[in-house]
Amino acid sequence: MKDQSLTRAKSPLARFVISNAVPILFIVLLIFAIPLSGFSTDYLINEIITRLGRNSFLVISLLIPVMAGMGLNFGIVLGAMAGQIGLIFMLDWGVVGIPGILLAMLIGTPIAILLGLLAGTILNRAKGREMVTSMILGFFINGIYQLTILYGMGSLIPITSNKILLPRGYGVRNALDLISVRKVLDNMWSINISNISIPLGVFSIIIGLCIFVYWFTKTKLGQDMRAVGQDMQVAATAGINVDRTRTLSIIISTVLACFGQIIFLQNIGTINTYNSHDQVGTFAIAALLIGGASVVKATIPNVFIGITLFHLTFIVAPRAGKELLGQAQIGEFFRVFVSYGIIAISLALYAWRRQVEKETERRQAKAAIKAAIEDKAEG
Amino acid sequence: MFEKIKKLIEKAGWPRIIIGLFLLSLFFIAPFVGIKVSTSISDTIVRFAMNAVLVLSLVPMVQSGCGLNFGMQLGVIAGLIGAITSIELGITGLAGFLVAIVIAIPFAAILGFLYGLLLNRVKGDEMVVATYVGFSSVAFMSMMWLLLPYKSPNMIWGYGGEGLRTTISVEGYWLGVLNDFLSIKVGNFFFPTGTIIFFGLMALIIWIFFKTKLGTAMTAAGSNPVYARAAGVNVDRMRVLSVVISTIVAAIGILVYEQSFGFIQLYMAPLLMAFPAVAALLLGGASVSKASMGNVIVGTFLFQGILTMTPSVMNNIIKSDMSEVIRIIVSNGMIVYALTRRMKVRT
Repeated sequence: MKDQSLTRAKSPLARFVISNAVPILFIVLLIFAIPLSGFSTDYLINEIITRLGRNSFLVISLLIPVMAGMGLNFGIVLGAMAGQIGLIFMLDWGVVGIPGILLAMLIGTPIAILLGLLAGTILNRAKGREMVTSMILGFFINGIYQLTILYGMGSLIPITSNKILLPRGYGVRNALDLISVRKVLDNMWSINISNISIPLGVFSIIIGLCIFVYWFTKTKLGQDMRAVGQDMQVAATAGINVDRTRTLSIIISTVLACFGQIIFLQNIGTINTYNSHDQVGTFAIAALLIGGASVVKATIPNVFIGITLFHLTFIVAPRAGKELLGQAQIGEFFRVFVSYGIIAISLALYAWRRQVEKETERRQAKAAIKAAIEDKAEG
Repeated sequence: MFEKIKKLIEKAGWPRIIIGLFLLSLFFIAPFVGIKVSTSISDTIVRFAMNAVLVLSLVPMVQSGCGLNFGMQLGVIAGLIGAITSIELGITGLAGFLVAIVIAIPFAAILGFLYGLLLNRVKGDEMVVATYVGFSSVAFMSMMWLLLPYKSPNMIWGYGGEGLRTTISVEGYWLGVLNDFLSIKVGNFFFPTGTIIFFGLMALIIWIFFKTKLGTAMTAAGSNPVYARAAGVNVDRMRVLSVVISTIVAAIGILVYEQSFGFIQLYMAPLLMAFPAVAALLLGGASVSKASMGNVIVGTFLFQGILTMTPSVMNNIIKSDMSEVIRIIVSNGMIVYALTRRMKVRT
């Protein structure tokens, strides 16, 4: 009963606070943590701009499956792996600079489409359990990815550069240097305004993607996805091919994640062949949720607010932990705890709210039936 | 004849047959690549005994309809608290092991109770919520391991470091207290009788529990909640009870694991511990909503068998350790398969 009154609070202020509880909580946390950390404003702004450029593309790739009612797509790691395979080939063929990035995307795209198709098909067989299935699927494909990279590359798949291969002749090294494409997108049209460098190139790509997502929601396919997301049965009776629409939403998400990972890694400058993709899903989803998104609704503003708040916490938490408790390690664990915890809480709150709504509906329906029966008895 | 085989395959399920044949072929190849079969079998049995209680801990929650317990880390954490407290108190031998269990149980019960209340609020989404509850609790406890005031020099970092070590040896405390109890040793062959008996007792208790009125009510709450409610079963209470039992058994399970493994692993080590256990149970033929003791035994044996045999055989064939990759593929592949199996429609 308590939470019912929560979702239907009278005053608009209270309603605003409740529906934006997560971002507000983080803002409050940061108000305390930023002064504690002692970082300068310039430094923080620079860091946030870098991280917005680095992560936005990946987080935006989550939006379309949410629209199609498939929840948060933990399977974007599949796209990230496709992107990394693209980068490995790019390194092997020795293509550098912007053409290199484009080549990596070109190689990654068909792999991402195939993986997206696989994920979509599997998720269609696990309706109502999409999130947990996509997460485990990510782990599973990670196994296949490792098998391919560690044993297939250099033996079955032609990779020749000995800078990439392990000394034994097959398998890819643990860490690969991306010096040939490092920050090429970031340095494209980069401008400096009083100590703060703004990578206009990356930002124009991200703005382009935002326009694409906005445009996409207006197309026939976008509208179909929204309909499927609201009610699969109604959508099916309206003549929409539900399974196909859902699969398409996952394919688009996977391909975007592939590009997103390439953009992310060109900024970082190295690939940890076997770990870089591990946390992609968790961090992107945590950022989106901190930005105020839920399992059923996620918008572009959620993306940017979320990345800003999440990464500010990321930057200041270790330092604040050190100042408070004398151990930077605590801050490290704290941010891991926050990213996992925020996902747990957001998902739990969403599921709880849905359960309450369902029960209220049932009670209302019962009351209506009772009233109708009584009416009849009286009449 | 053909029909009979078909029926048998249907009953066992394809994944189990494929994995079973794979394991059989590994045992068959082993002597030809210079591996002693007796050692392999012995290793498999030791690892079976080590992990079986953890797998068993999943059963009550599956039966009560809470799904696969991806939040098993909560129980593991309770077990870890028991283990390090017992070492801090300096109790050795079987007594130390029992003290660890006694300390772990109340923690597990409290954590399990709260976790159960949470899972009752998120019906239908238990598994994904559980996963992240498990993950975040491991990260939270990592902070605690740094801060908690444990003093035993065997457990904290030396030379001015703070907090507990990442791995703590149980040697000199209760290493192998169950494994060595009545153990049989013939050449390379070792049979951990005590651990097997302990697992047998635990399994028997759980099995008997599910034969009692309370246990039947729990199964009913899982298989058909509406019907159970109509029959006067308090479904929510049954679910919480099952979560508490699962968490306690998991706490005991990790202690059994540690006495055989020889080390207590803290910090992020328990993060992914739920997945191999879940995979083993599913490999044994359990589904998201139904599991039996047979599933536990068959599944753990097959799963651990593969984990033991693959590295030794593969190492000798291709001179490289593929066990980690195979473990990832088999365990997660099994879970994906189980999640996509069409469930009977619940009303």
